[in-house]
Amino acid sequence: MKIAVPVKFVPDLVEELTIDPGGTALDTSWLRLIINEFDDHAVEQAILLKERVGGQVIVAMAEAEGADDFLFASAAKGADQLIRLTGDFSSSNNHALARALADLLKELKPDLILTGVQAHNDLDGSIGPLLAEYLGLPYVGYVAGLTAAADMVTVRKEYAGGLIAEMEVKLPAVLGIQAAEQPPRYVAYSKIRQVMSTAKIEERAVASLDLSGGITISRMFQPEVTERATMMGGSPEEVADKVIEIFKELGTL
Amino acid sequence: MEITLSPLSPSFSKTFITSLYELKDGERIRTCLQCGTCSGVCPFGYIMKFPPGKMIGALRAEIFDQVIKADSVWMCISCNACAAFCPSNIPITSALMTRAKEEMLLAGNIPSELQAAMENTQRYGNPLGESPRKRADWTAGIQPEVNILSKTRQPVEVLWFVGDYASFHSRMQPATKALAKILNALGVKFGILGTEEFSDGDSQRLAGERGLFEMVAHKNGQLFKKYKFNEIITTDPHAFNAIKNEYPALGIKYPVRHYTQFLFERLEQLKPLMKKEIKARVAYHDPCYLGRVNGVFDEPRALLTAIPGVELVELSHQRMNSLCCGGGGGGMWLDGFQWEKAHTRLSEWRVREALTVNADILAVACPYEPPRFEDAAKNVDAGGQLKVREIAELIAESMEG
Ligand code: SF4
Ligand code: SF4
Repeated sequence: MKIAVPVKFVPDLVEELTIDPGGTALDTSWLRLIINEFDDHAVEQAILLKERVGGQVIVAMAEAEGADDFLFASAAKGADQLIRLTGDFSSSNNHALARALADLLKELKPDLILTGVQAHNDLDGSIGPLLAEYLGLPYVGYVAGLTAAADMVTVRKEYAGGLIAEMEVKLPAVLGIQAAEQPPRYVAYSKIRQVMSTAKIEERAVASLDLSGGITISRMFQPEVTERATMMGGSPEEVADKVIEIFKELGTL
Repeated sequence: MEITLSPLSPSFSKTFITSLYELKDGERIRTCLQCGTCSGVCPFGYIMKFPPGKMIGALRAEIFDQVIKADSVWMCISCNACAAFCPSNIPITSALMTRAKEEMLLAGNIPSELQAAMENTQRYGNPLGESPRKRADWTAGIQPEVNILSKTRQPVEVLWFVGDYASFHSRMQPATKALAKILNALGVKFGILGTEEFSDGDSQRLAGERGLFEMVAHKNGQLFKKYKFNEIITTDPHAFNAIKNEYPALGIKYPVRHYTQFLFERLEQLKPLMKKEIKARVAYHDPCYLGRVNGVFDEPRALLTAIPGVELVELSHQRMNSLCCGGGGGGMWLDGFQWEKAHTRLSEWRVREALTVNADILAVACPYEPPRFEDAAKNVDAGGQLKVREIAELIAESMEG
């Protein structure tokens, strides 16, 4: 089975996010990027599937600082083919990214496409359904576990309230992964180093991005203090005293 | 957690033991008497399916794959007690236990908490997963300003390798500030690496991540090369151990001392500055990688007894026979895993020992310990009456008088 996993980087929330002076985008000067957590699970799920039924795993992503490290780590885990899209992605959105990935996937013709079900910077919809639309393939999201047969997969989809549905999906198809069957594995740093000297990353140039269908940001801002919220400062002891006072006033104590 | 295992070759025991022979003094493993001293002295020996002596037995019986399957090697906190008391001087901790953990890790069998610490080290240069940009934030407000070498590029007498927990952990930051104040009061020309500093990597190494250790060591080595200083001092016994005993093999050779050794040398200068009495019975906990591994027992005690009012009392496990706080060799990142297996914490045993000798204060000299022992004290009957203090905190407090 040929499994393609398109992934993307998102801002790492370990660093505080700041808005750029224009007021419609993040300030990228201090931005650190990290793999979208759900995409990390998609890679893990693909490798688990490969280990069970055999086949080939392709990981593809747009170029970014740290992208090569992620691709090599994926290879150390068991990915067979690594692809880096090159081009100017600075003003990209998910619509444009999905179109660029769809062009690549049309060429690769995988049996199964796994991608993270969502990302915290999905402003114009998540990648999975967009990909499915551009490729004319079925899509199931919020998948946590699957079994594969020759031309179809049985997926477990999670619903709110603890409901789980099992459904059969004809291949080829796109799945949005909520969680892999086991947490993404660890690869020892020495293994990644080894792979760096042997694995190859293929480059695919993306000539121009088609941004249509995306959104226009009119204002980006930090959460603002509303009237109902009371912000308390001071030492933990002082804050605790104030909280107790407020509880008493409200009659809950 | 369930450990899944990739298939091992039948010759696994043989290849494993051969890899031990290649390590320093590794051949000594042939001289094991099967006396069981190691397993008896090991604080978690009673819980391991394969304590160290039995591991060697399993190697000889060529059933070492069973040891790896049993996953009890993750109970080892690399405290070096077994190696210190082995009559055959077998490097149990540094060779056998570390290699066994490496094997687990290469097979991808690693408890998730430990995995997070390793991934954080790879990504952020510290196991806590903090932003490296915030590494020097603790220096805010200290006067005279702490010299951050990347900014000033001034030559200094002393490069202070502050380390991960001393830089980032909110419980340790007051102790780190205290040491900065002491160094300033002594007129020491010191500098720190600030945001450039990487984890020393020693605990990651002892938890089996050799490759990651080498990566951070080389990064620190590059930084040491960039700046001019006479010697390195560390807050962390693990950093002290790494720079003293492990970095040289990677071509990174600098004189290094733990801060307690450095202050001990200036004790006469320090004494008149410590005016305020701290009237307390103080018990000192020997950190494994300061005491047992590197032989620094007397300097921390001399510093404590020089503080006016302090009455030093000894714990039942002391010096060579000290009891690990449970944080070494990856233990800092295995709390959940080890609790599941043992339902007890070494840090709690230690707090009980301190209460038994009626100590008011448990004095420590390793940045893992204040948070560990304070948490433990909350779980022990009457633990609330015990204060946990870094030696630097006690000295700085006495200087405020
Ligand atoms: S203490 Fe040393 S000689 Fe005795 S069983 Fe352990 S390793 Fe062997
Ligand atoms: S190093 Fe400490 S914890 Fe590990 S086996 Fe030896 S005595 Fe036990």
